[in-house]
Amino acid sequence: MISALRMDISARVFKVFRRHLTVYRRSWKVSLSFNFFEPLLYLAALGYGLGVYVQAIEGLTYIQFIAPALIASSAMFSSAYECTYGTYIRMEFQKTFQAMVATPVSMDEVSLGEILWGSYKSFLYGSVILFVILVLGLVASPWALLVPVVLLVSGLLFAAMSMIWIGLIPNIDSFNYYFSLVITPLFLFSGVFFPLSGLPAIVQSLAWASPLFHVVNLTRGLVLGDVGVHLVWDFLWLVVVAAVLIPIAIHLMRRLVIR
Amino acid sequence: MEVISARNLVKDYNGLRAVNGINFTVQRQECFGILGPNGAGKTSTVRMMFGFSPITSGELKVLGLDVSDHAREIKAQLGVVPQENNLDLDLKVLQNLLVYAGFFNIPERTARERALKLLEFFGLSDKRDAKVDHLSGGMKRRLTIARALINDPDIIILDEPTTGLDPQARHTVWQRLRQLRSRGVTLILTTHYLEEASQLCDRLIIMDHGIILDEGTPEFLVGKHVGSEVLEVGQGAGAGEMLITQFQSQIRGHLVVGDNLVLYPLNGRQLLASLQELPQQFDHYLLRPATLEDVFLKLTGRGLTV
Repeated sequence: MISALRMDISARVFKVFRRHLTVYRRSWKVSLSFNFFEPLLYLAALGYGLGVYVQAIEGLTYIQFIAPALIASSAMFSSAYECTYGTYIRMEFQKTFQAMVATPVSMDEVSLGEILWGSYKSFLYGSVILFVILVLGLVASPWALLVPVVLLVSGLLFAAMSMIWIGLIPNIDSFNYYFSLVITPLFLFSGVFFPLSGLPAIVQSLAWASPLFHVVNLTRGLVLGDVGVHLVWDFLWLVVVAAVLIPIAIHLMRRLVIR
Repeated sequence: MEVISARNLVKDYNGLRAVNGINFTVQRQECFGILGPNGAGKTSTVRMMFGFSPITSGELKVLGLDVSDHAREIKAQLGVVPQENNLDLDLKVLQNLLVYAGFFNIPERTARERALKLLEFFGLSDKRDAKVDHLSGGMKRRLTIARALINDPDIIILDEPTTGLDPQARHTVWQRLRQLRSRGVTLILTTHYLEEASQLCDRLIIMDHGIILDEGTPEFLVGKHVGSEVLEVGQGAGAGEMLITQFQSQIRGHLVVGDNLVLYPLNGRQLLASLQELPQQFDHYLLRPATLEDVFLKLTGRGLTV
């Protein structure tokens, strides 16, 4: 088990990342505008629409409550899409991995490059939402400057998690299940739309196991300036889980491609 | 000098043996062919050379290095043209070469110079800003070969380089490969096209079911197994035994292919004349030079056409 998790990683991983960046440079305008469109819809429909009927939550208007959490969920969705559909298409249809592995790049570097790329997408899309809510006057604290760091770490985590799914069920149709069985429940029950304090204790402890729950705690705390030691624990939770998931994802991808 | 050597090389996939204990060497600057039908183990053999498939057992050395623990060093010296085009569809033609050069840590300036030269050599200069998807099959293939040369490799491995190309595109690729060979690049080529093997290869192995049936130069193999000519007797299979017994002294071997009878005559014209004197007439008689295909048919009892 230990030897299976030994990784063959060098600085060449950044060449893989750079390949993705080169490709992305050609389409970033379209892709970025589409990707922040959806959270904006949530913000408009729930924040301004539904929000009128919702009483103040923990002293916040509804839009103040959900806006910082949408940074977190957008980060989750962007790396989850990138490292399921994006990764799978590169691997299975475009054979990009096979081409890279025939050079001095190792498969482990290809996989880690994918994870870094997923993390970068989380960082990028989350930051766009942060910027939008800043413009809307919904950012209350300069602590929000730390949000991008949180986005990078949570991006690593969700990217690795998504690639583990590919490693276990390498089939493009299975990604529907991933989104409906994993990502959507996380989205709904991680404190994005309502505080979990009102839910039964069992649900609250389940939420603790949700990575998005910790990301939401962090983005909300930082954006609203409600900082404290509890955020350090949320951040450590993410770091530790990402550090555990990444080698597993790399191992599963190696097993899948190198046969 | 040996650039590749395999000893008792074995490859299993989930319990299925694809390569079953083969031994061969490739010399520097030769064009070495691995000939065989689909499923013979050709692709598995070359994939092990560039570390895409770990070896199951035995030994495989490339440039004197063991593939199991020197994959990076080996791959830095190799150019690989895979069976399936895996050009980067998200990048344009020139970008494909530049990004690929990045994987070898080639400085950008050098990469650009080489890439432009390669595009010229492969007749793709005017396509440098085209989308890969818009290239024809032959152009994609040439670009893939150009890409394999970006690191100025000692050895290039081509897995079925012309499968799926039309005859004209195929000949263009062959011409470029011959030019590379004359520049001293070692070529390793898998193919199931007999013509490709005889056009390009200095030496080849014939594989089937994961083992090597024989090896040598194309001429040697043809001479050894068949002789210089074959005589095909159309619809002659039914009368096979009778003919073989009757002309035993004039043939060195025979083979039944479908309903045709293929004879390996000692003297083709003489045998043809004798056959035509028989009261029984056959569908057609074809006296032609022996080819690698005849060798393959004889060694495996079946054709190469898939």
